[in-house]
Amino acid sequence: MDLPPFQRLLDAHATDLHRFCVAQVGPDAGSDCFQEAVMAALRAYPSLTAATNLRGWLFTIAHRKVIDHHRAVARRPLPVGALPERAGQPAARDDAALWASVASLPDKQRGAVTLRYLADLPYSEIATALDCTAAAARQNVRAGLARLRSEVTP
Amino acid sequence: MTADSLESRLRRAGPDSSDAADAVSAAIARAEQEGLVDVAYAITDSPIGPLLVAATDAGLVRLAFQGEGHDDVLEGLAARVAPRVLASPARLDPVRRELDEYFEGRRHQFGVPLDWRLSSGFRKAVLELLHADVPYGRTVSYLDLATMAGNPKASRAVGTAMATNPIPIVVPCHRVLRTGGNLGGYGGGLAAKVALLELESGEATLF
Repeated sequence: MDLPPFQRLLDAHATDLHRFCVAQVGPDAGSDCFQEAVMAALRAYPSLTAATNLRGWLFTIAHRKVIDHHRAVARRPLPVGALPERAGQPAARDDAALWASVASLPDKQRGAVTLRYLADLPYSEIATALDCTAAAARQNVRAGLARLRSEVTP
Repeated sequence: MTADSLESRLRRAGPDSSDAADAVSAAIARAEQEGLVDVAYAITDSPIGPLLVAATDAGLVRLAFQGEGHDDVLEGLAARVAPRVLASPARLDPVRRELDEYFEGRRHQFGVPLDWRLSSGFRKAVLELLHADVPYGRTVSYLDLATMAGNPKASRAVGTAMATNPIPIVVPCHRVLRTGGNLGGYGGGLAAKVALLELESGEATLF
């Protein structure tokens, strides 16, 4: 089984992977999460046993790095309400409120919504990334959207 | 607000791709520091077209002409050397500098270390001999090279060794001609072979 050159994965997926990270934790932390994800992927790559669904595999790793980041931030004493604004605001200057709300969704909903709309992954791959069933992935997207709709004004 | 507008806002938002390019560069630089790049490559311009140069820790492992299909060459490196193949041009700066000097006629010998792992056996022995003993501006025949390798009957095998040379230009298979001076073949195309021979004979005004 031959793996493609790792550069090919970066060429095909790095832009979306970076957006996926930045959308959830803001530009600075997002670039850190992206870099941690690429390092973890590089370390694991030579021992991968199948070259299938490499995009889903990359997003699975990035999703874990984002969760690690959120956990680390949660352990830090920050003023209530400071995190979502800081984290979400710069992801899209023109849609700061929306990204602040995305950043404050529960892990699975945030992961599901960003994987679905930013990474454009099918539910089966979102399920892989979130380690749940496709039905649960769909449910998390739906719940995340409902919550966003209640929080964000058009 | 409709579901469509929320979803399209989600799709639209996010940083632009130039941020991603910076993040990729930073990640590759860190990967180099942490020893996670098994094969670094770069594409470099030359008077005979873009050349792909690729190096491992041991040295230059592959040089490929555009006609070989750079994507195919990278796939081959992933399969035959290691899959962590990354565009990391900084590591190729020394060989790119030497190639520039060579094409300007200012360098007659390459000094970068070579990684011979893509050759083996008789082919490798012949290529090493060619690299060490056939200097700039000289040509030899397949038969000469077979004789130098101690096996005058092996000119066909010498031809195969030249055709499968993983590091052309630096390992100068363009200096190997058919007996009688017929050009023979070349992986980079005959025009490239002629250009290199003219460059080395001092006749070239192209460069």
